[in-house]
Amino acid sequence: MVKRNINEWKRHRVQALWTLLTNSYLTGFLQGKIYRGNLKKICLPGLNCYSCPGAIGACPIGAMQAVIGSWNFKFAFYVAGFLMFMGAVTGRFVCGWLCPFGLIQDLLHKIPFPKKITTFPGDKPLRKLKYVVLVLFVILLPMFLVDILGQGAPYFCKFICPAGTLEGGLPLVLLNKSMHSAIGWLYAWKNLLLFVTIIISLFIYRPFCKYICPLGAIYSVFNPVSVFRYRVDKNKCTDCEACAKACKMQVNPAENANDLECIRCGACKKACPVKAIR
Amino acid sequence: MSRLFRSPSAGICIAVIGLLMMGLGIYRGEMAIVFEKAINICMECIGIG
Repeated sequence: MVKRNINEWKRHRVQALWTLLTNSYLTGFLQGKIYRGNLKKICLPGLNCYSCPGAIGACPIGAMQAVIGSWNFKFAFYVAGFLMFMGAVTGRFVCGWLCPFGLIQDLLHKIPFPKKITTFPGDKPLRKLKYVVLVLFVILLPMFLVDILGQGAPYFCKFICPAGTLEGGLPLVLLNKSMHSAIGWLYAWKNLLLFVTIIISLFIYRPFCKYICPLGAIYSVFNPVSVFRYRVDKNKCTDCEACAKACKMQVNPAENANDLECIRCGACKKACPVKAIR
Repeated sequence: MSRLFRSPSAGICIAVIGLLMMGLGIYRGEMAIVFEKAINICMECIGIG
């Protein structure tokens, strides 16, 4: 148990450092503005709203919707290529180590709660929901539900993403009095979704990553083929299931070390008493 | 087939294809769309638009 906690805090330090590094435009937080420099052309690997006052890069999911929804492009080669590259090299390592919203959920889950739920009836089928969200809200709706100019809105950001509300919506509205009068039902809806996500994160580990996140859905398909992935030495493995018990994403690495749900957090590696997972 | 996917070469091939796609996207001018969207406050993203 102690061993697992040490490993987790090492990971949280990396997550925090990355979050600070990629949200280092501190002036934005003081003035209620966002960074407008050249780095904003570059996608960040994790779910990091580009309207966060500190963000120095672009959110890949927001960027993908922006390109797909533009009047002149209907496929986002730049963003899709970036996600393919990241996924092919690391799989869902980004989810476990480089996603600011993943860090927030990790920390929320550490808050003591009367009963932590590991799984429930319908858990497995519900995990497929993130693929529906990806196809429907990130690709199809921005592509086909367009205005008179042929431009589609970023429907995932607009109606679902709680990261945008937390990282962009709340600080910008708090820091800009001019925005106060513009808030309406959509702002209330998004804050409600954020509130629900926060509450559920207290008793379910990473609910947004498990059930909703389209970025996790994209990276997950590369888990089985990524260059850096887990390998289980079947000669060493004793089937004690210590790895499965340590996994908060409810993966059994002894059965499938590169399950679509694995976020490469390393808990299974630390838990293995015979060091069978590499 | 499954052996092919288990080898690191599959991941390397996909990573190279990803890099080529990035290059194509940059050549087509997609980066400008991303930049334009990212440097302006996205009203939809923050729940106002």
